[in-house]
Amino acid sequence: MPIARDDVAHLARLSRLALAEDELDHLAPQLDEIIAAVARVQEVAAEGIPPTSHAVPLVNVFRDDTEVPCLDAETVLSQAPAVEQQRFRVPRILVED
Amino acid sequence: MAELFRMSAAEIAEAVRDGEVSAIEVTDAHLARIEQVEPQVRAFLHVAADQAREAARAVDQRRAAGGELGPLAGVPLALKDVFTTRDMPTTCGSRILGDWLPPYDATITRRLREAGVVILGKTNMDEFAMGSSTENSAFGPSHNPWDLGRVPGGSSGGSSAAVAAYEAPLGIGTDTGGSISQPGSVCGVVGVKPTYGGNSRYGVVAFASSLDTPGPLARTVLDAALLHEVMSGHDPCDATSIDAPVPPVVAAARQADVSGMTIGVVPEFTGEGFQPGVLARFGEAVELLESLGAKLTEVSCPHFSYALPAYYLIAPSECSSNLARFDAMRYGIRVGDDGTRSAEEVMALTRAEGFGAEVKRRIMLGTYALSSGYYDAYYGKAQQVRTLITRDFEAAFDRVDVLISPTTPTTAFPLGERVDDPMAMYLADLCTIPSDLAGNAALSVPCGLSPEDGLPVGLQIMVPVLADDRMYRVGAAVEAALDARRGYPLLNDAKGLA
Repeated sequence: MPIARDDVAHLARLSRLALAEDELDHLAPQLDEIIAAVARVQEVAAEGIPPTSHAVPLVNVFRDDTEVPCLDAETVLSQAPAVEQQRFRVPRILVED
Repeated sequence: MAELFRMSAAEIAEAVRDGEVSAIEVTDAHLARIEQVEPQVRAFLHVAADQAREAARAVDQRRAAGGELGPLAGVPLALKDVFTTRDMPTTCGSRILGDWLPPYDATITRRLREAGVVILGKTNMDEFAMGSSTENSAFGPSHNPWDLGRVPGGSSGGSSAAVAAYEAPLGIGTDTGGSISQPGSVCGVVGVKPTYGGNSRYGVVAFASSLDTPGPLARTVLDAALLHEVMSGHDPCDATSIDAPVPPVVAAARQADVSGMTIGVVPEFTGEGFQPGVLARFGEAVELLESLGAKLTEVSCPHFSYALPAYYLIAPSECSSNLARFDAMRYGIRVGDDGTRSAEEVMALTRAEGFGAEVKRRIMLGTYALSSGYYDAYYGKAQQVRTLITRDFEAAFDRVDVLISPTTPTTAFPLGERVDDPMAMYLADLCTIPSDLAGNAALSVPCGLSPEDGLPVGLQIMVPVLADDRMYRVGAAVEAALDARRGYPLLNDAKGLA
């Protein structure tokens, strides 16, 4: 199924990418070509073949419950784009209207 | 003694241990080499001269105090800029991390430091390890020491170029779809993707977590094995790390013997789309292995041709999820936070400015493949293909000890040639992707120069999960026989820096 420019704009919103118009124009045909090519997986993946999500089948991996020192707040916050009162300062998360 | 920067890691470690040379002399020689060739090669994003000298002096002091030195103490190394380092910036080839200084060391970084390995700096890479040429780096491409107009491969192309240009005897890369073997192949050096889970991912900035595998790059098979043993092993900080002994890869590299082994040639990887010179050198490698006492046979792996499409669904899907962490809130750059915009708007503006074209393509592709209505048709089917590929490997390894193919369909391609043709770029990883999907190990060893362009060709050796030692046996045997026939190491023919 071909992927239209509107679909690409929707994907950009879902992906939290504020793409410019020319970027959308450029990306849309490329994504369409890639998706057409990767759809080949549908030729061989028949019913009944179990999916593999991971190469090494490890389950319920635990480590010893030993206390180790963690990073202090100052170290963690030292890399933040904005800090206030020993916390990450973020833009508003609720929209008013 | 040869020029210090031309020595192998094994030779350097021995000379430092025996007191023939100090670690600081070795480090200074490599820093001088970097200064000399870096304007042409551009392998490094950051050279950490002070930290390197400090690490080297610590090795010299330990020796002076009568302390034990490990198998790679005093040996310089080029570290891909995807491993966190407390004392060096970590960019992943992206602008979105700004001047991030990680608050912790990756497990592999820590193991290198504890082993007395001297980290010279951080190497260039395709942004977040997505690419096959380093051209997706936000800081410009690295150049192939064989021909400065060509790509060094990728995504670990900074490390492969640094090793090939004698800037460091050892490099570390990460492999998700061929990002160690492929740059190793096109730079004429040894590149190793160990068994998935054999090397810790803790502190490796994630691209596709079910595939990402750190591994060594080196100029000799033995050097790669020495690094493999130093960096590998179980890590409780990585839940996918395998709790099993590291396969005896150094002993295997020293054994360098294929007599009595059964080796399978994958016919799916010797046909259409392969450069004639690559196939010619591969054919000679097959004959060579036969002459060394191995039994060669053809083993079809019918689903390998579906590996590339499956990979380009699985890797982007995992990447779209992993890269959601770059949200402009806790580290890295923040764009458009003017007091009026919402967190979501700031996030979208930051990601649009901070990520390059390929990363955006893959995030959107992954978002598509995982979205409701398409999940079963794309991501679900790709996971089934992953099972089929694993079954192909299992059936093959019932019959043979190792599988071989060319590492890449072509030699190093010219810079710029595939930049805006994603599908053409993706083909560079055609032969390496199956091992990433199945999690087994693979090694690329140089097997000569392609007659058309005089550029290196790699032989890929694939082995079962946790049988990493086998590929070192085969790789070392091929290397020894070809070096003996030629009379000197292949890299002596690299004229890009002459």
